[in-house]
Amino acid sequence: MAVLSLKLRMRPPVLEVANLNARYGRAQILHDVSILLGRNEVVALLGRNGAGKTTTMKSIMGMLRQVDGRISYENQDILGKPSYMICRAGIGYVPEERRIFRDLTVEENLEVGRRAKRENAPEWTLERLFDLFPNLRERRSNLGKHLSGGEQQMLTIARTLMGNPAVVLLDEPSEGIAPVIVEQMGFVIAELKRQGLSVLISEQNLHFARLVSDRAYIIEKGQVRYDGSFDDLDQHPEISRKYLAV
Amino acid sequence: MGFYFAQLLTGLANASSLFLIASGLSIIFGVTRIVNFAHGSLYMVGAYLAYTLVSAMDLGAFGFWLGVLVAAAIVGLIGLLIEMTILRRIYHAPELFQLVATFGVLLIFQDATLAIWGAQDLLGPRAPGLDGALRIMGEPIPEYDLALIAIGPLVLLGIWLLFRKTRWGVLVRAATQDREMVAALGVNQAWLFSATFVLGAFLAGLGGALQIPRETVSLQMDLSVIGEAFVIVVIGGMGSVTGAYVAAVLISVLNAFAILIFPQVSIVLPFIVMAIVLTLRPHGLFGAAGSEHGAPTEPEQPLRLMGEKGMMILFAAMAVFALSPVIVGDFTTVLLVDVMVATLFAVSLHFMMGIGGMVSFGHAAYFGIGAYAAAMMVKQLGIGMLPTIFLAPAVAGAGALFFGWFCVRLSGVYLAMLTLAAAQILWGITFQWQQFTGGDDGIVGVWPAGWASSDKVYFYLAFVCCIGGIWFLRRAAHSPFGYTLRGIRDSRTRAEAIGVDSRFHQWMGFTLAGAVAGLAGTIFAFSKGSVFPDSLGIAQSIDGLIMVLLGGIHALAGPILGAGVFVMIEDWVTRLAYWRVIFGIIILVVVLLAPDGIAGGINRLFARIRAVRKGGTA
Repeated sequence: MAVLSLKLRMRPPVLEVANLNARYGRAQILHDVSILLGRNEVVALLGRNGAGKTTTMKSIMGMLRQVDGRISYENQDILGKPSYMICRAGIGYVPEERRIFRDLTVEENLEVGRRAKRENAPEWTLERLFDLFPNLRERRSNLGKHLSGGEQQMLTIARTLMGNPAVVLLDEPSEGIAPVIVEQMGFVIAELKRQGLSVLISEQNLHFARLVSDRAYIIEKGQVRYDGSFDDLDQHPEISRKYLAV
Repeated sequence: MGFYFAQLLTGLANASSLFLIASGLSIIFGVTRIVNFAHGSLYMVGAYLAYTLVSAMDLGAFGFWLGVLVAAAIVGLIGLLIEMTILRRIYHAPELFQLVATFGVLLIFQDATLAIWGAQDLLGPRAPGLDGALRIMGEPIPEYDLALIAIGPLVLLGIWLLFRKTRWGVLVRAATQDREMVAALGVNQAWLFSATFVLGAFLAGLGGALQIPRETVSLQMDLSVIGEAFVIVVIGGMGSVTGAYVAAVLISVLNAFAILIFPQVSIVLPFIVMAIVLTLRPHGLFGAAGSEHGAPTEPEQPLRLMGEKGMMILFAAMAVFALSPVIVGDFTTVLLVDVMVATLFAVSLHFMMGIGGMVSFGHAAYFGIGAYAAAMMVKQLGIGMLPTIFLAPAVAGAGALFFGWFCVRLSGVYLAMLTLAAAQILWGITFQWQQFTGGDDGIVGVWPAGWASSDKVYFYLAFVCCIGGIWFLRRAAHSPFGYTLRGIRDSRTRAEAIGVDSRFHQWMGFTLAGAVAGLAGTIFAFSKGSVFPDSLGIAQSIDGLIMVLLGGIHALAGPILGAGVFVMIEDWVTRLAYWRVIFGIIILVVVLLAPDGIAGGINRLFARIRAVRKGGTA
């Protein structure tokens, strides 16, 4: 663990979350959450339902109001900024519930996500995305609500990529989709890393997370309980037994 | 045959102008979720501006159409100003705040229009080149109507292209479905909302400007059109422009034929169509259930039973109030009866909204039924005052039972719109049905029985009724029935999952609130000695909302405080010239500065004082 943190310190992280607290009304959801995402790294945020994974991501994205602590992206403070500015800065968010625009076609959904090219990130075009998600090409004129669950999951990722992000926050990409699509999801995440993106994924599925990510945080009841490599985690099975549903 | 065809064309021409205003309303609602009451004002201002521009330019056909377009463009700019100064601050506020704020804007517009163009109705110029009539199948059809029939679908086509073929249009449609997600994808909502509001305002202005050759331009245009526009939007499905056109055609054409059979039907017809459509399709013909994302999620604070100290303060206040007629003059005693009537009305509305979770934009309907029922019982049926005080609220309750059956099928803003439509229809009936309701002249000479005719005695009678009504609703709020209602308010699905029939409970809550509002109306009728259609008008409904809002929705004592303050302010302000402007500004200040009402404001003040004290000792 110590070695890893040291390595990160030498290479400045692209996204840094420090001492993050988040509230809904009077209930505090996150307590002093600190997370680093290195450049071109895939990091998993593991935890059970309700542990605070989605809240962490929404906080980063500026979608929640009662948040304090520090969130910086490329050494710029982004906490308190509206979410459209955070997106424009280069952070893309793929929500857990997919939230595609049901009455828009596949192409129109992608159009909503389209943003100008960015210097520090790969550029995505419709054609490139259709190569990555061949199903979407066939269904480009279909309405969002007529897609299958797996296709909707692909569309929501593709829509975020249309913004040419440098960092992608991927909220539970393997949830509620068929195993064959999960496999495809793993391939997509590997491709994002190959393209030079940094990815933070939230997962309940330890097996899937291990396949696609470089290291992991475990979050429980709004607190970070583990920070380290999967190998270390394997050495201490009691940790995953305690905090994850395995 | 020719005659019927002519009726069809008249209906289609009416549909076009209705479509213009309704489409703007629908687009604005779809994206910003704001129910824009001031939309009728934009329509009215469009007509006045076009009147001035076209008359001033006098350039023939070119001048006419240029004047119409410039008027619409100016209205668009006015819309931008409203959006940037007021609406932008309240996008996250509950519907109630938004509605009341736009009503404040409406008041300001009414006086501004009065100040600029004066009170007399203006007869607009004919459209040059289109001022004749064409004979179609032997019937004369105004050429201008034919032009309007073409303009409606053309505008629809224009909006359709704008929404389908431009990036802006795609963003607007996406925002209609999930605006929070659109923001997370990098779209600046502020800009999108402003542009949407400008488009909606432009369409309203255009609708008004195009009316000048057909209709006299008057200060009543704003409220007379808004009710019908709301109905069109709800029937078509909120946010759907195609739906707005279909609904406008449906209503207008049905109306053109229905008046041949039964001339009085025109005011009731839209409601009947709306009731049928909403019963079959709860989100309108082309509407879909809106996304839940981005809705206010703040959980409601639990209501607490009053402590011993609070009870003592309450009883002391009541005692002071009860003794006041002995000290103050008759004039003030009458004013105090007004305060009590307003309080009871506000408490009944608060029960419906705060406890029942049903926002009503038309609560005056039941106040008005109570008032009219009382007047008719006394004047036409010769029933005595005391039985009337029990019977009239029961009639109001029956009215609420009837309309409530439709309303509770919906939720949120659809429910609110349906309540508004119900009130508007009832208003139309009382206005139209002269032989029973006296129409505009109202019913006069509704005085209390001889023994209660002195102001002081009537004060105590009203006092007993109001305290009784308030106590009754408080009891209901803290009964198992009240707890169930609040459970439904907080989570309908969870309440239903534990076996609660949510519709039935809300229906009963609606009826209860309506009956108590009817009691307020009954007391009102006897204290004024007369009733007029105003008592079920939009303004009366909004007054109730303002009282609830002034007091703060989260406090049971809120409506009592709010009603008192409201009547005092109204009594003072309405003596001034241009009182609407002042009142409108007061409303806007409250909405923008103290969104949690007077009660909330006082609470915050105390919290701050406590915090300062704590800081001082530490």
